[in-house]
Formats: sequence, structure tokens, C-alpha cells
Amino acid sequence: MHDLGYDAAHLLGAVVLLMSFALLYQRRLFALLHVFTAQALALSAAAAWQGYIQHAPHLYVTALLTLGLKAIVMPVALHRIVVKLNIHRTIEPALSVGLTMLAGVSLVTLSILLVMPVTESASALTREDLALSLSVVLLGLLMMITRRNAVSQVVGFMSIENGLILAAVGVAGMPLIVEMSIAFSVMVAFIVFGIFLFHIRERFDTLDMQKIESFRGESH
Amino acid sequence: MSPIYGIVALPLLAGGVLALVPGYRLGAWLNVAASGLTLLLSLLLFAREPGADALFVVDAFNIYLVVLTCFVGFTTSIFSATYIGHEIAVGKLKPLNLRFYHAMYQAFMFTMLLALSANNLGVMWVAVEGATLTTVLMVSLYRTAESIEAAWKYFILCGVGIALALFGTILMYLAAQPVMGPGMAAMTWTELMRFVAKVDPAILNLAFVFLLVGYGTKVGLAPLHAWLPDAHAEGPTPISAVLSGLLLNVALYAVLRFKMLLAANGAALSPGPLMVTMGLASLTLAGFMLYRRRDIKRFFAYSSIEHMGIITFAFGMGGPLANFAGLLHMAMHSLTKSAIFYAVGHVTQAKGTQAIDKIRGLTISHPALGWGLLVGVVAIAGLPPFGIFMSEFLLITSTFAREPLLALPLTAGVLLAFGALVLRVQQLCFGEAEGESQPIHGSLVPLYAHLGLVLVAGVWLPGPLVAWFQTVAHLLG
Repeated sequence: MHDLGYDAAHLLGAVVLLMSFALLYQRRLFALLHVFTAQALALSAAAAWQGYIQHAPHLYVTALLTLGLKAIVMPVALHRIVVKLNIHRTIEPALSVGLTMLAGVSLVTLSILLVMPVTESASALTREDLALSLSVVLLGLLMMITRRNAVSQVVGFMSIENGLILAAVGVAGMPLIVEMSIAFSVMVAFIVFGIFLFHIRERFDTLDMQKIESFRGESH
Repeated sequence: MSPIYGIVALPLLAGGVLALVPGYRLGAWLNVAASGLTLLLSLLLFAREPGADALFVVDAFNIYLVVLTCFVGFTTSIFSATYIGHEIAVGKLKPLNLRFYHAMYQAFMFTMLLALSANNLGVMWVAVEGATLTTVLMVSLYRTAESIEAAWKYFILCGVGIALALFGTILMYLAAQPVMGPGMAAMTWTELMRFVAKVDPAILNLAFVFLLVGYGTKVGLAPLHAWLPDAHAEGPTPISAVLSGLLLNVALYAVLRFKMLLAANGAALSPGPLMVTMGLASLTLAGFMLYRRRDIKRFFAYSSIEHMGIITFAFGMGGPLANFAGLLHMAMHSLTKSAIFYAVGHVTQAKGTQAIDKIRGLTISHPALGWGLLVGVVAIAGLPPFGIFMSEFLLITSTFAREPLLALPLTAGVLLAFGALVLRVQQLCFGEAEGESQPIHGSLVPLYAHLGLVLVAGVWLPGPLVAWFQTVAHLLG
């Protein structure tokens, strides 16, 4: 019989994955940011729960960092950027819901088929956590491919990082350094992205990456 | 205490100091001084027995890469000092940009040296991530539309690559943890090498695929190379030199460390076919793309993809000879390509353009520079008596002996690139000099120093270097 620890960890991991699906088809930037916040909250809860069942206090730190940076600081900052750049009315061309679900489900199937057979020696909790987190990473990649807007690409990038944290907390005894570095690097990444968003706006009057990509070094 | 602590700490300190130094001239010379001091410290490594502790590892594999990195870092800082003076004079950069640039240059050197010497998978990953950040910031230094687009593309592609590499690192820990127990030991290179034979090979395989794709993005292997030409073409030329000369090597070093683990495991999949395929794809693609380039920096960036393809092919083939050729080629390509970028930097400043068809007759208008570029291209094209000829010759002959069918596409790719290089260098260096032409102010010493070393290595390799290469070639399997 499964215990509560296993079930709750499974549930929280699944919520993170569910939010990745929801991210795929959001067309409005504010809705996108709200879903991302929800994903970060679920991830933070998952990290804290893993800390509880593994008796690993350092995972609480990871949970707090995730909560602070990804559920509060980043969505708020991105929200302000969107308002400041006056792009909150932008409606993005995203894939249709049906197509998105089809692609998403195939990616999840792929990651389960990939992870389950090779990790037979690991515990059931670790294996399923890993399959879930690989799915989140792949869905984040899919999102970055299908989106044109720089803000949505940043959100896609951060959802990939969410998947990585989910994987790191699920593996027993992973040293703290990795979680710390993820939180840190995302923060730095965010600064970089922030700089870019302003410079791109300043130079091109748009955040549509497709238009920007028409500038090629060799178009003369 | 091992000098490696100083080698890693010095650039970090220098970066902090340079962020506070107001004058760009002072900053440039402090940059040279810090790089020179790091180089001197790195030479102390030769005087000590290789060893490892909890933080750093120095062995036959990374000792030559650390010294090479310090050397190219030092010569590039000299080139950079003369290069940026001109950029300020023509108003392309402001002094404030340069303060940032010098601080980032030393931060970049810090992350490179940390990635090479760290004895921990996690720390190495953080260092490579840091290197991505610093170079992204430097590529966008000019703030033109093209440079921001290049930096954005670079960040998105390498960010995803770095993310996949982290997933691979987590899988590597997952594989090691049942054998070695939870904690730091399962992420330490020297400990992993001792226990890896008992590790479950299935997870190791999966981890390696993620690591190859992840770090392979930073190596610039096809089809993940799209960021590389843009980043080289749009950033300042000293950055193109260290990107090609150092960063690609460090990313490849990361892949090879993991390959060593797989080789030591025995039961894991052989990474050879994957690496051979990616290497050949990069080589062939870059060979064709070279003919279509109209921008001189983009042209040599594709040449870097070509050479990274050759090196990856060599390590994919494996065996003592091919691995030896790969290690030698890493060092030779690094020296030659950075020398070429020094020359290209002076050329673009003298002619005021990066367009190949506007640059003619360099040997007439700027003899010292034109002949330097010509010699550099002859070396990179793989003609004797330079070091790259040695490594390519070793690789091609050993491949013909073992897998003749694989040697055919390899030779074809090398010849393809050779043709493009010869064709373009003729146009650049010979004929009537046309267009704008300004005298060059910069020093050509770094350029000729590198070319001299490549020439010497083509004729005679020092004994200890050969011994290291042989040790590492054995460990790489």
C-alpha cells in the first residue's frame, strides 16, 4: 500500500505538470504569468514536501527560494514590464488547444517511456518524479518553440528551470549547491532578460522575435 | 596550497577591481596585468605534482588546458587593449561600456578556469552557466540591432543547452547515488572515477545523451550551432577570439570528462557513434556554408564549427591515436583561431568593414598584417609545417587504418573547407588594394607569437606534453 508521503509528492508533481499544459495555450500575457505563478507555488509545495519526507531540511530552503523568486519576484517584475511596455493587450498566436494537448501528451508519453525502463534500480518515487520533471522540461521547450513574444519565451525558459528543480528535489540527498545555483542562475538570467527586454523595445519598438529575426548580419 | 587557488581567485578579484576603475586606459592595462599574473601563476602548476582536493582537481587532462586558457587570455588582453582604443576613437564604444567590458572579461576568465579545474560536476555546471552569461553581455556590447539579436539567440539556445546539461548532471548523480551514498562524493570527479565501474550503466547512458546535447550546444556542434556565427560576428573581436579559442574548448572538455566516466564504466554505451555523427555533420555543414559567407568574422566562425566537428569526430573514433590527434587539435585550433581573429580585428578596423568583397590586397596595403593573416589561414587550412597539419594527418591516417568508410567523408569535409579558405584568403590578401585604408596602430606581437607556437608544435612537441596527451588518450578510451 502506498503511504501518504508518496501520494502527496506524486500529486504535487502532477500539478506542476498540469500547469505546464496550461501554459502552452495561454494567449494573453497576464494569464500566462498567472499560470506561471501557480506552477511556481506548486513547485514550492513539492520541494517542501520532499524536504519533509526525506528529512532533508535544506530542501525547505529550496522551497522558500522558489516561493520568493519564482512565485513572487519574477511574476511581479514581468507584470510591470508588460504594463510598462504597454503590450498587455497583445494576443499571441499560440497553437490551438487540441493540437497543443496532442503534442503535450505525446511528449509526456515519450518521457515516461524514456525514464521508466532505465531507472529500474531507483525508488518508485524518484522514478516518477523524474518522468514528471522531464515532461515539464520538454513542454517548456515546446512552449519556447511555439512562442514569438520575448516575454513568453522567458516564461517558457523559467518553466524549464522549474522542471529541473522538480528533478533535483526528487533525487535523495542531492547536495544543496545545485539548488542554490539554479535559483541564483535564474535570478541572473532574469536580470539579463530584463536588460534585453528594454533594449529590444528601445531598438525595435516590438517584442515580436519573428520581426527581430529578420535582421541578419548578411542582409546587405 | 596549490597555485590553482590563486589562478581561479585572481581573475575574480581583478573583475571586481576593474568594475570600479574609471579610466578605460588604466582599465585596459590592469586587464593585461591581471591576465599576465594569472599566466605566471599557471606556470607554477608545472612545478608541482598533480593532485586533487575537495574543490579542485589538476591532472594531465586539464593542466595543459588551464595553461592554454591563461596564455590565450593574456595575449587576447594585449590585443584587446589596442583594439578598444580604436573603438573609442571612432566612437563605437563609450568609456562606461569599457569599464563593464573589462570587468566581464575577467569574470569570463574566472568562469573558464573554474570550469576547467573544478572537482565537482555541479560547480563545473555553474561555471559554464556563468561563462554563458558573461559572454552574452559582451556580445551585446555594441547595442546595435544585430548585436542584440545575436545575443538573444545565443542566450536562448545556450540557455536551453545549459538546462539540458543540468538535467544530465542530475541523472548522473541519480546513477551514482545508490553506489556512493547521498552527498557530495557522488558529484566529485575523482570519487566518481573510482566508483563508476559499479554504477548502473542504463542511467549513465541516458545522462550522457543529455550532457552531450547540452554541452554540445556550447561546443557549436551541428545542428545546435545556430548561435555561434552570430555571436562571433556581432560582438567585439577580442570576444570572438576567446569564444573560439577558449569557450568551445571548455564546453568540449566537459563532454570529454563525462566520456571518461563512460569509458571507465565499461558496460555503458559507447559514445563513439553519436560523437562521430555530430562531428561529421558539423564538418560537412560548415564546409558548405564557408563558401556562402560574405562577412569575414562569420566566415571564420564557420571555420571554428568545422574544426570543432573534426575534434569531436576524433574523440568519437577513440583509441590512443585518434584521441591524441583530438587533444593536439584542440590546442592548435585554439592558438591558430585566436591569432586569426586578432588579424581580422585589425583588418576590420583598417578597412572599416567586415564585408569580404570590400577587402582586397592586404599584403600590399598592410604587409605585416596581410602576411600574418595569410600564414594564419594556411595554418588553419591544415597545410604543413603547422601543428594542425600534424593533428589532421594523424587523425585521417588512423581513421583510414580502422574505418576506411568513415575516412572518406572526413577527408571530403576537410578538403571542402580547405577550398573555401584558400579561395577567400586569395581575395583578401592579394590583388589590388581597394577601398578605405587606415594605418593600424595595434601590436602584431600576439598574432605572431601564436603563429610561432603553432609552427614550433608542428615541428617538435615537448616531451611532457606528449606524455600527458598519451595518458589522457588512454583514459578517454
